[in-house]
Amino acid sequence: MLGAVAACLAAPAAAEITPTEVRFDNGAVAQSLTGVPGDPAAGAKLLSSRADANCVACHMIAAQPDVAFQGDVGPALDDVASRYSEAQLRGIVANSKLTFAGSVMPSFYKVGGHVRPGDGFTGNPAPADLGPILSAQQVEDLVAYLLTLKP
Amino acid sequence: GAASADPDPTATLIVNDQIEIATRAPAPDHLKDVFDTVQSGWLYRTEETRALQMDDFDNPAMVFVDLGLEQWDGVDGSEGKSCASCHQGIDSMKGVRASMPKVNPAGNDLWSLENFINACRTQRMGAEEWKWNSDPMKQMTAAISLQSRGMASTIRIDGAAEPYWEQGREIYYTRYGQLELSCANCHEQNAGKMIRADHLSQGQINGFPTYRLKDSGIVSIHGRFVGCIRDTRGEPFKPGSPEFRALELYVASRGMTLPIEGLSVRH
Ligand code: HEC
Ligand code: HEC
Ligand code: HEC
Repeated sequence: MLGAVAACLAAPAAAEITPTEVRFDNGAVAQSLTGVPGDPAAGAKLLSSRADANCVACHMIAAQPDVAFQGDVGPALDDVASRYSEAQLRGIVANSKLTFAGSVMPSFYKVGGHVRPGDGFTGNPAPADLGPILSAQQVEDLVAYLLTLKP
Repeated sequence: GAASADPDPTATLIVNDQIEIATRAPAPDHLKDVFDTVQSGWLYRTEETRALQMDDFDNPAMVFVDLGLEQWDGVDGSEGKSCASCHQGIDSMKGVRASMPKVNPAGNDLWSLENFINACRTQRMGAEEWKWNSDPMKQMTAAISLQSRGMASTIRIDGAAEPYWEQGREIYYTRYGQLELSCANCHEQNAGKMIRADHLSQGQINGFPTYRLKDSGIVSIHGRFVGCIRDTRGEPFKPGSPEFRALELYVASRGMTLPIEGLSVRH
């Protein structure tokens, strides 16, 4: 039984930085979390996916006019690459609160410290080994996409 | 997008062309540093949804009121009694919803309307208690709530109720779930904004129980709280739990200057 569980939790690739190992410098994260370049097309999809990142729940993005119902809780993401560096964007996606203190924006690459965390949107309690909302590569994909957003 | 982000300032809730129910009111004193005005969730809905609440023939919640009235007259339990045996007509429940939740007769707990109903069922009728979100319970709270339509809230937040109110406030400002969002993050800081397809209201409960078009059914106050905490990737408290009853008192107090709507309609 335990063996089966361990086998399911695929070990992170050797170069991958786990959520607790991420080094923030004034909110920014200089080092890639995976060492593998992000895929901007995958990042574009993630941004508007309901299931995981769902960034458009709070952000409008003119570059994705086909995505219905974009929220306005946060600022529009248009041209965001001209306002922030790659390291800053990685830090904002991984843990926005280290850039914007007290932000309502969720921390997407963080484990532990949650109050009554659930198992996704089921309402059931989270498993003890609850991972971050996004994988390291998903963060890199999003960052790669955000970097394409410039005038 | 942002175009529809503010409630229509001209919308007025008049039910059956007769009963005008205020949907805006000065914020209660304890909330003055947060809002000048408190606003009913009705204002944040589309014109079509708002219209459904303006005529009892169109309001889908009224079917559930009728079912509740049948329960009211229905004999149940070992004592051979119905609610009507002791309380007579349902109009004897006028003002009851407007006073909820409140400290129980024994003075040792905070009770919601559902608790009072179950106390009568188990202690006075010898009947089984109804589950919090069961159909008969929601039908009964619907029928009872309608009797307070348009009435001012009479909840108490001082004296014996104060510790519960404090507990509820604490919960309101706690950031739950993996998304780390509190009630206040959405309904205080961002009321009026769009979160994906949803227009964020102030999260008031004066309109509850509510008929939700999405669910084609009645949603209780605690049912709504469950949904909102689930949406934070969180583990909600149980309906009827001490935490949700305390939260109910605190949220009710944030809208205590708004009249009870009886039965609202939401999308
Ligand atoms: C629940 C709301 C919410 C969600 C979901 C959310 N954000 Fe944010 N985001 C905000 C808010 C609010 C700000 C503004 C910072 C502040 O003041 O807290 C922000 C700021 C940002 C900024 C800086 C923008 C600027 O111009 O300053 C970026 C970049 C960003 N978010 C990206 C994302 C990405 C990518 C996702 C999804 C992975 C995401 N956000 C999900 C609320 C959200
Ligand atoms: C992630 C954002 C979010 C959080 C956090 C949240 N809600 Fe909500 N809530 C919503 C949305 C969206 C709706 C539906 C639109 C509306 O009425 O605001 C809603 C609706 C409601 C309603 C119904 C209002 C009406 O008039 O029909 C109540 C009551 C409510 N919320 C209370 C709460 C309470 C109490 C909490 C904290 C336990 C909470 N919410 C946390 C997003 C949220
Ligand atoms: C055998 C008598 C009896 C029966 C049957 C009965 N009740 Fe009661 N009920 C009472 C008494 C006595 C009280 C407490 C005094 C009061 O508030 O009227 C009470 C209180 C209540 C209250 C709280 C009122 C308030 O102002 O706080 C509600 C709500 C209520 N009953 C609903 C019901 C419902 C619904 C039923 C049927 C499912 C029912 N009762 C059946 C005797 C009864």
